[in-house]
Amino acid sequence: MSPAILLLLALGLGLAGWLAARARAWSFRRQAPGTRLASLPNYYGWYVALWIVIPSVLFVLAWGAIAPQIVNQAVLSSPAAASLPAFGFERQTILSEAYAVANGAAPGVFHTQAKALVEPYREVLTRTNAIGIAITLLIAFLGGAWSFLRLRPDFMARTRVERVVMLTLLLASLVAILTTLGIFISLVFETTRFFGMISPVDFLFGTHWGPDPMGNPQNPDPSRYGAIPLFWGTIYIGAIIAMIVAIPLGLMSAIYLTQYASPSWRKWLKPALEILAGVPTVVYGYFAALTVAPIVRDAALAVGITHASSESALAAGLVMGVMIIPFVSSMADDSIAAVPQAMRDGSLAMGATTSETIRRVLVPAALPGIVAGVMLAISRAIGETMIVVMAAGAAANLSANPLEAMTTVTFQIVAMLTGEGSFDHPATLSAFALGFVLFMVTLGLNFIALRVVKRFREAYE
Amino acid sequence: MSEAAIHEQRLSTRGAVFEKRLRKRYAAERRFKLAGLGAILFSVMVLAFLLVTMTMNGIGGFQRAELAVTVDFRETSISGDPTVLALPTAIQSLEAQGLPQVIDAAAEKSLGRAGADQLGASAWRTAGKAIISDPSILTREAVLHLPASNRLSSAFTGDGQAELQPLARQLAAEGKLAKNFDPGFLARSDATDPQDVGIWGALKGSILTMLVTLAFAFPVGVLAALYLEEYAPRNRWTDLIEVSINNLAAVPSIIFGLLGLAVFLWIFPSYRSAPLIGGLTLALMTMPVIVISGRNAIKAVPPSIRDGALAIGASPVQVVFHHVLPLALPGILTGTIIGMARALGETAPLLMIGMRAFVATPPDGLTSPSTVLPVQIFLWSDEIDRGFVERTSAAIIVLLLFLLVMNGLAIYLRNRFEKKW
Repeated sequence: MSPAILLLLALGLGLAGWLAARARAWSFRRQAPGTRLASLPNYYGWYVALWIVIPSVLFVLAWGAIAPQIVNQAVLSSPAAASLPAFGFERQTILSEAYAVANGAAPGVFHTQAKALVEPYREVLTRTNAIGIAITLLIAFLGGAWSFLRLRPDFMARTRVERVVMLTLLLASLVAILTTLGIFISLVFETTRFFGMISPVDFLFGTHWGPDPMGNPQNPDPSRYGAIPLFWGTIYIGAIIAMIVAIPLGLMSAIYLTQYASPSWRKWLKPALEILAGVPTVVYGYFAALTVAPIVRDAALAVGITHASSESALAAGLVMGVMIIPFVSSMADDSIAAVPQAMRDGSLAMGATTSETIRRVLVPAALPGIVAGVMLAISRAIGETMIVVMAAGAAANLSANPLEAMTTVTFQIVAMLTGEGSFDHPATLSAFALGFVLFMVTLGLNFIALRVVKRFREAYE
Repeated sequence: MSEAAIHEQRLSTRGAVFEKRLRKRYAAERRFKLAGLGAILFSVMVLAFLLVTMTMNGIGGFQRAELAVTVDFRETSISGDPTVLALPTAIQSLEAQGLPQVIDAAAEKSLGRAGADQLGASAWRTAGKAIISDPSILTREAVLHLPASNRLSSAFTGDGQAELQPLARQLAAEGKLAKNFDPGFLARSDATDPQDVGIWGALKGSILTMLVTLAFAFPVGVLAALYLEEYAPRNRWTDLIEVSINNLAAVPSIIFGLLGLAVFLWIFPSYRSAPLIGGLTLALMTMPVIVISGRNAIKAVPPSIRDGALAIGASPVQVVFHHVLPLALPGILTGTIIGMARALGETAPLLMIGMRAFVATPPDGLTSPSTVLPVQIFLWSDEIDRGFVERTSAAIIVLLLFLLVMNGLAIYLRNRFEKKW
């Protein structure tokens, strides 16, 4: 029996409890007409239903985690399991095969040894399932009976139900903190393991990157774990090339949309930018690799550069810049809109043209917001993965030539974790160290940017 | 300068110098406006270029090169017993009755030996499916359109090996080789031969993953937004929650992949590349988006609604769940759909948790190995075979259509239900 069926059982019992308790509340009313119940009958129903559902669902979840272990223990202690191979891959396949057959998931066994285990498995499964159902029923019954007996006409069911609701709301909002903590702890944990093998100095300041996932994990070569070329590639593609494209285009788009475009134009242009923002990054990556990179290479060959490769930092950076344009535009849009109308009117009244007003008044006044937007855009660009994975290449070059292949932090995270390396290998763990650096940098950029935006908004309010 | 001249200059605001300066300023104004228009037109043109390239490439991906083979089933021993054909194992029974050989012989007859060699390896399966869907063709002579081999297909499009191109031209001239619309592309799963691939497996994986994401991110996001906007006391804890939600919304998606790898796969090591794990990872990524848009929607509900409900005796929980939430729901749903659209297009975190395996069958549950549409696009884009280029673009078109529908739905909801107070 799967946990899903047990969950349905718990919910069904909860519904029964809800109906019963509500009927009880109505009967209170009938017995003493004219008196008021402390809560509406529905709240009596919810009170009992919660007492049935919450404990039994908690049990079902716990049971779902421990029941497979109990089954395995019981089967392994049966006489048929004595002839199993002591450990290793074969033992696991035999066990899982027998389990699948006993479960009804597979029609027959492949290993002969597994056949002997099917019967014990089936027996134990039936027994554990029966125990699971029995305990679920018992818990639901106890919770239901206890809460049902507490119902009185003056029982404050609503306050109790609402307390549970408030607790649920609080728990839901704590998920965000838990996620942040989970990211932080898991990254720190794996990074410390990595720094136990490679010193942080070699990692952060070394200039050669080329981990060997197949090398001896006990004795890694620290000179191959220098991440400077990755940091440089990330900054060059994400913070330099992409921003050279995105900042002027995004800013000018925002200015045109807010200051010049007629409403009917704006109605068409704004959704176009939104579509550009909604295109998945894997599509941009494919576009960069298939269309833009050959154009860049041909252009380079046409002007006489001979060593242009088909994977170049320029192609990835250009496409990334286009991807970031809507983001910069909407941030600039917000900050220009936040500048008080009086400043604009004052400038226009003095005889300045619209473009002079924009350049001398609006943009300087909105500058903190625009700078913050650019910082958020950079943090988004350096965390972008698919475009660089598909178009930037794998070679860790420390060069300023935009036509060369370059690799980034995100590319190496993907490369290290999707390879064949084991989880204890420094090459695999280096992905977590890179992720940690990326996380801290983006966190810092976001933190400063949000601060600036907040202070800037207060200045004009 | 005489006093009169000074007076004259002061009065005349339209002197020659002034006119010249004004012309210069107006020219600068026009240049600036044009630069703005150029900037936005550049974005629009890139978007148009991207969509046009994808469509041009993608149209070919919805087609495949098929050979017309005339088969006379009356001369063969294949029985059309309807009870056998209704079984799920019908295709195996047809294989046992020698369908592959029959098809091969018929192909040799109508296409010649060289042509029959270029029939795709799965051609007899296509024939078998045609028989199952319409057993009456066993009683007559039928023309079946069967997939050509990948080599012949690329020769037909003009690239690939040169020695097959004359054969492709000859067969095309005889009307026996043509690119036909391939409805199976939407019904099959991943394969090694671009002629046999389909996106149903990836699409189903995406749908299952999105269901998990929605089931987790929507309730948690909405409840967290309600708490922060309606009940949270102003204290350090609330600040911490707000800061972490704002930061999570800006954390690179690949970091969520690392979290999924380190935490979820550590708890459930056997569910590698399952939609359950992928959906949970994406849910953590989508939740902050829902919280932020949900808070804005809740904020937009005017305080007079809350005051009115409180005044007639509703409890704070009743105020929120009976009045505020229903009024804010369209806005929350809009934000949710936009967040889900982002999750649907997300690739990097799913690569981290192992959803990049070759999966040739559609997933049959939340815990069976699967892949998703964006990852499928990424995997195909890595294939060297030219045949995959068109298939990749076709998959991209399907993905973009889904996103378009979701965003259109969000815009519709916003326009239809959102009230301006």
